[in-house]
Amino acid sequence: MSGTDFFSVMGFGPEGWGGLMLRAALMSVAIAASGFLIGMVFGSLVCWARLSRSATARLLADAYATVLRGVPDLLVIYLLYFGGSAVLSRVGAMFGSSGFVSAPTFATGALAIGCVSGAYQSEVLRGAFLSIQTGQLEAGRAYGMKTMLLLRRIVVPQLVRYALPGMENVWQLVLKESALISVIGLVELMRQSAIGSGSTNQPFYFYVTAALLFLAISSVTGWGFRRVEAHAFRGVRRA
Amino acid sequence: MDFQFIADTVLSLLAGVPKTLQLAVISISSGAVLAVILASLRLYGPWPVRTLVRGYVFAFRGTPLLVQIFLIYYGLGQLSAVRHSFLWVYLREPFWCAVLALALNTAAYGAEIIRGGILSVPYGQVEAAWACGMSGFKTFRRIIFPIALRQALPAYSNEIILMVKSTSLASIITLMEITGIAYKIISETYNAVPVFVCAGGIYLLINFIVTRVLQYFERRLTPHLRRNPDDSKKTKGQIKGAPIG
Repeated sequence: MSGTDFFSVMGFGPEGWGGLMLRAALMSVAIAASGFLIGMVFGSLVCWARLSRSATARLLADAYATVLRGVPDLLVIYLLYFGGSAVLSRVGAMFGSSGFVSAPTFATGALAIGCVSGAYQSEVLRGAFLSIQTGQLEAGRAYGMKTMLLLRRIVVPQLVRYALPGMENVWQLVLKESALISVIGLVELMRQSAIGSGSTNQPFYFYVTAALLFLAISSVTGWGFRRVEAHAFRGVRRA
Repeated sequence: MDFQFIADTVLSLLAGVPKTLQLAVISISSGAVLAVILASLRLYGPWPVRTLVRGYVFAFRGTPLLVQIFLIYYGLGQLSAVRHSFLWVYLREPFWCAVLALALNTAAYGAEIIRGGILSVPYGQVEAAWACGMSGFKTFRRIIFPIALRQALPAYSNEIILMVKSTSLASIITLMEITGIAYKIISETYNAVPVFVCAGGIYLLINFIVTRVLQYFERRLTPHLRRNPDDSKKTKGQIKGAPIG
């Protein structure tokens, strides 16, 4: 080992862990972003079901949102990982391979984050949808707009506007939740820090670096959200 | 369905409930005390203190709880100053590390919630308190804080639910609470779905009870918003006498 001070451990030289940590940070952003996008799909579907006229759909969607918001994320990750691995192992056994087939960590992690954040996003979207004035929907109908056109021209532009602040909250949650995916072995920031502290015996440096990188990611993306928000609210008077 | 397996699972998982509740109660209550202190410092302290508290809140809200737990559990041991201090007796125990991380984390979120509550106290109430001759601290204790608490309670309820869920992270540093036991059973049997349903059900039940208790407090604290404030039969602290005018 070349040195034990912070900068030689976290440097970018052949002995330094800086490059690996940055790559792991990119992985954290990638898994969080994929999870967030999957969550957007789930969230829209659940929101649609919660606002639908069918009582069964509403009940199912409510149950989904209640369960996924009331159960620890870690349990959801374990469920998908071990459940997925069990299914894959059984499929593998059908094709003659014996033994454990592990579920792909990135896909499982993204799906787990998507399931959980979908529950939160459905709430955000529902609130945003309900704050669109019904008069505007009626006006659109009165002009003879079909549902799709109404959605595209009237609902979605305003939905984006009203949902953005809530979506930023969910994104920050998702980013922090991505750290949990390390428990199933995906090499993102936390896993890389664990590996690094195992091999250098300097856990403090690694976890401080991980914390700083998370802070940097959340600051930069928070700034990005505010830019988008400013764009979505252009021409709107606000108190 | 294998009912014997489910019954065994539920029994083993229930053994983890006391640990989950211990983690939650100790960290939420100490975190709340710290949150009130932080919120007051953030609002009334001298500017260097205000900046420090802002930095604290930024750091703890911007990083994952898991990083905080690992930093405290694995990271602090690297510093020899910590290893040789009297605190080491506690900091080498995973339980106290988890409690510390959870409490520091919830204090950061709680401080912002309470600050929001304090800022939403109508200023006329403060002026009225001064007009009655109350000192600064007495105004805080009798007027500002109770009103702020009432305003902040719904948001704080959310934070408490989140904390109950967050105690599951303690399982990663080897604590055998509900999630830790669930993980052990799942990794031994690969029977993920029934274990998940049982463990999830226990968490939902805990959170359901917590929500109900908090709703009760919220109701008690907001009699002025009820259509019929008298309906709880508690008329003790009320001012008696004929209404003026």
